Amino acid sequence: MSGDGAVVVAAVEAVADRIQAERDHLTDLDSAIGDADHGGNMARGWAEAAEAVADLADPDAQTAVKTAGKTVLSEVGGAAGPLYGGSLVFASQELEGGVTPETAVAFAETYLEKVQDRGDASVGAGTMVDALTPAVHTFKKSIETDELPPLEALTKAVAAAEAGVQFTVPIRASKGRASYLGWRSVGHQDPGATSTLYIMEELLAVAAGHLDSEVPDVDASSPTIPDAEAAEE
Amino acid sequence: MVGLVVVSHSRKAADGIVEVAAEMGGDTPIEAAGGDGDGVIGTNVDRISNALVAADDGDGVVVLVDLGSAVMNAEVAIEMHDGEAVIADSPVLEGAVNAAVAATDPNATLESVVEQAEAAVAIDKT
Repeated sequence: MSGDGAVVVAAVEAVADRIQAERDHLTDLDSAIGDADHGGNMARGWAEAAEAVADLADPDAQTAVKTAGKTVLSEVGGAAGPLYGGSLVFASQELEGGVTPETAVAFAETYLEKVQDRGDASVGAGTMVDALTPAVHTFKKSIETDELPPLEALTKAVAAAEAGVQFTVPIRASKGRASYLGWRSVGHQDPGATSTLYIMEELLAVAAGHLDSEVPDVDASSPTIPDAEAAEE
Repeated sequence: MVGLVVVSHSRKAADGIVEVAAEMGGDTPIEAAGGDGDGVIGTNVDRISNALVAADDGDGVVVLVDLGSAVMNAEVAIEMHDGEAVIADSPVLEGAVNAAVAATDPNATLESVVEQAEAAVAIDKT
């Protein structure tokens, strides 16, 4: 197996391992504001997805993503199945021509749109959308406007997702199971935003390994925001 | 004939709602898709997909749902379904009963059955 498909297979396996490692932590987060099934359901579903993509014979990237998504959709169940798996299946169409910086941006945008649409959630509702939206926007801008190398763009996106996860802590959840708790959801980190961050961190690690380079140190600020000196000129 | 699928987090609830609706529903095909497949509280897209196929004789299916993920999984199952199916924006039990009765009308269409299901929102109980 070689090429983009093999990288996707490696990424799905890395995500499965990470979710398994964080299973109890995700369950603890979900116990506080949900029904305590996020860790178990995600670990089971992603393990099945890793097996499913490993069984594919020399898949292209689109097929590997679609297969992982279908498995997550069926095996994770609940709301996470359609949100993580269904969105992967839908967004996989953007990878028809393989994985390039351009198709990766299209994939990320389509995935985000599907999650927002399916969950009927916008930023500030205390959900995975709070991690995903800044990450996707940062990735798109880093590639299209700032013309950064892909790995640097992805590193910035992960940093944005991390900030988004922290943002869910003081928020009163208005979507998802946590919203039933009203003000009691304040002070709790959203499990969906957290697992979304873990997935992105693993994508970054696998991408760095594939490109055979270190994850770069990035400046969180944007190169296209003019500094004070430039503004004075 | 227009068919019905009842989606609930609880297998028992879905089965029970089908039981109540079938009492009034004559020959209306009504399928339950309750629980997550492992006997646990939840919803599962494959269960809903199978129920859609079973309830669809070509005239379409009205889907009654309870909460949260039931809606999302029903949406995904409908997108993957080969026939026509729509979610009724109604209380799950009352909507199922209304829809089951509406489907027995010889002139029933997918639209008319959905409309009757959604009319259940206005049922006055006091």
